[in-house]
Amino acid sequence: MTAQALVQILASGLLMGLIYALIAAGLSLIFGLMDVVNFAHGEFLMLAMYATFGIVAVTALDPILATPLVVGVMFVLGAGAYLLIIRHAMRAKANIGMVQVFATFGLGITIRGLAQHFFTPDYRSIQTSWLSGHTLDLGGVFLPLPQLFGGLLSCVCFAALYVIIRRTDFGRALEATREDAGAVALVGIDRNRVFALGWGLGAALVGIAGAVMAIFYYIHPDVGSPFALIAYVTVALGGFGSIFGALAAGILVGIVEAVSATILAPSMKAIGIYAVYLVVVFVRPRGLFGNL
Amino acid sequence: MSAPFLEVRNVTRRFGGLVANSEVSLTVNKGEILGLIGPNGAGKSTLFNMIAGLYPPNEGRIFFEGKDITAMSAPERCALGIARTFQVVRSFDSMAVIENVIVGSLVRSASAGEARRAARRVLELTGLARRAEAPASELTPPEKRRLEIARALATQPKLLLLDEALTGLTPSEARDGVELVRQIRQDGVTIVMVEHVMEVVMPLVDRAIVLNLGKVLAQGSPKEVVRDEAVIGAYLGERHRAA
Amino acid sequence: MPPDAFARKRRTELGVAAVVAILVALLPIGLHDVYLQNVLILTLMYAALSQSWNILGGYCGQISLGHAIYFGIGAYASTLLYTHLGVTPWIGMLAGGALAAVIALILGYPFFRLRGHYFTIATIVVAETGLIAMINWDYAGGAQGIQIPYGPDSWLHLQFARDKLPYIYFALGFACLTWFVSWLIEDSKWGYWWRAVKDNAEAAESLGVVVFRSKMAAAALSAFFTAIGGSFYAAFVSYIDPDSVMGFQFSLLIALPAVLGGIGTLWGPALGALVLIPLTELTRSYFGGSGTGLDLIIYGLLIMVISLARPEGLTSLVALLGRKLITREPASAGSGASS
Repeated sequence: MTAQALVQILASGLLMGLIYALIAAGLSLIFGLMDVVNFAHGEFLMLAMYATFGIVAVTALDPILATPLVVGVMFVLGAGAYLLIIRHAMRAKANIGMVQVFATFGLGITIRGLAQHFFTPDYRSIQTSWLSGHTLDLGGVFLPLPQLFGGLLSCVCFAALYVIIRRTDFGRALEATREDAGAVALVGIDRNRVFALGWGLGAALVGIAGAVMAIFYYIHPDVGSPFALIAYVTVALGGFGSIFGALAAGILVGIVEAVSATILAPSMKAIGIYAVYLVVVFVRPRGLFGNL
Repeated sequence: MSAPFLEVRNVTRRFGGLVANSEVSLTVNKGEILGLIGPNGAGKSTLFNMIAGLYPPNEGRIFFEGKDITAMSAPERCALGIARTFQVVRSFDSMAVIENVIVGSLVRSASAGEARRAARRVLELTGLARRAEAPASELTPPEKRRLEIARALATQPKLLLLDEALTGLTPSEARDGVELVRQIRQDGVTIVMVEHVMEVVMPLVDRAIVLNLGKVLAQGSPKEVVRDEAVIGAYLGERHRAA
Repeated sequence: MPPDAFARKRRTELGVAAVVAILVALLPIGLHDVYLQNVLILTLMYAALSQSWNILGGYCGQISLGHAIYFGIGAYASTLLYTHLGVTPWIGMLAGGALAAVIALILGYPFFRLRGHYFTIATIVVAETGLIAMINWDYAGGAQGIQIPYGPDSWLHLQFARDKLPYIYFALGFACLTWFVSWLIEDSKWGYWWRAVKDNAEAAESLGVVVFRSKMAAAALSAFFTAIGGSFYAAFVSYIDPDSVMGFQFSLLIALPAVLGGIGTLWGPALGALVLIPLTELTRSYFGGSGTGLDLIIYGLLIMVISLARPEGLTSLVALLGRKLITREPASAGSGASS
């Protein structure tokens, strides 16, 4: 394999990995906040892609410009999911862990059924983006513009996340609620509000990923599942609750996937990721950067 | 001269940069009630947890009936005869009261049936027999405390470690608690109690060891310890610091 | 409950199970519709599978969403032994069960160090890895799968061309076996240890329970019976391929009846299967194939409603109703204790 081919693989993997990191970040945020793994995360991604498709179809906007709208929609969706459904799961007297696993699972399946029902199982795609079909040639290494855009956007998002969590009141409220959900009430922080905002933010992150992916992936009701599993593995690999871990693990997963697809058969590319995951988890049960 | 019942030899424990216990040595005599007291942050719980086997010391050794148990896990120590309660009660909430105790009595029973019979006896002893079939989650806090003790007793320990078992009780509950502890000692169990509430503990224990800032500050009979200058200073200092 | 009352409760449970088993055994006399017979077989099979899952997930509290791997191991082991070496499925299923148990122990070694969600995700990953591996393993048929050659009807080969009755009775026997194992567990050392580990592992250790060993035992037992279910399924459908026996939908379908019926209870998995499987089959027949998604919507809503409204499962609802009917007293809320 030539050096150029290797660089190509790494570059493709890096870009895809940044997008995986974005999907994983939302999951990690929610978990870090309230100890809930959102097993409907794949369906959130799918909805974001459909939302992009829908907005583009209706407004004829370029998907890039539609992204903020998609983010807004997903934010409302995420907050709504918490307020209407997840909040009740937290009230279970026993087995809270199990209740929320299956409650979010049920939500995911329901969303998938609704998508199948209203959008039909037909595959859809967006061809009309300014970015579609264009590629940047960087000294022989080809970077498709949609993926490049996605990777850059992901970096921006992580930087923004860092600022939000460390420097704003909301971020501090998130941290405080994570540390001691009971005590924050005494200080006047409405726990439900923080949780709802947290879910909204997590869904918004997935929304950005979905809006970008809608440009270069086929959109259909089942598109979320494989990415969901990658997201869970990424979060577990990076460490639940660690945003930085999601970034690092996402990039690692993207690169491993790209390398595996080349070395093994493309149908076996997932095994590379799983193998890395299993090894890391054996050595560090809490993931690379996890402390929960 | 036979080996002491429990011996803690020069034990040190660190958590990151914090030294919770520093070169602590003490012995416990068979059949006594020993009080482990000291102001907040003295290192009582850390020492307690190391004796119970929750984590090992960084330096030093612990001997039980002459055997070096420093590297032994909690289940192994339980088999040898060391039992403990937890400061924040940890009942098995998905099970009934008697089933909680059965988990303890299984260590010494050949079958589940035998364990059940033994559990019933322990429940009688600790006054929880009426509540045997109730889900553990439905007990009142003082009842849960007693369940903790009942469960530990079911393992037929030689040494019982009580972690603030008498803290936060009403006067009448505390009286019952003291009675129970005396009864347990009567039945041949050696007891080490970590406590915070001096008034309850001092009349009860045979000996007291005072820890402060991770080190042994004083030991002796309750009367001696209460009059010790260093001890008074440590507690008063704490009160001044808290103010 | 004084000792004799406890013994009586235990005997009553056995009695009820026996009555139910007999009733189900008599059912086929009146049930001639092939489709319904199929539903019955699947319901019994999932009741047994979920009861097996319940050992690790319900009693011991380790939620596995990758149990399809053991199901698949059972299916492939017995099928390969049969098609390549002519070994009867009866031995094949025991071999599959043993293999599954061994693999569960090997996996448990690293996995039981993982807490809560980390463990669950690890089980999902392992099952997916197994699936991909089987798709690429040509000796075992790869993605094409394996077709079990048709022969004359025979109990030895566990093969019946048109007659469903033997399958019904096998599935019933299997369901009874797993129920009985659960019944034994409920008043056994392992049973109490597992539940202690589930509720509070640290407290359990202080009472002499070796947590790691407990989890391993639960995993091995659970895997063993799940694999037997897989072997049965292979004999029943006569054709297996990776997606049909190791897909994630199986892992979900194995766990869900226990969750719906009451996780960690004796009757939960069976009750859950009784509700979930016919519902799944019916919605799939009426709504599914057309891709309208209605089957998924119903399925998803059912899972959400039960897990949110009644996390203790259907058995606690039944117990509540029973109490109301028998005593005519207002039932106290939430005390659906182990029943």
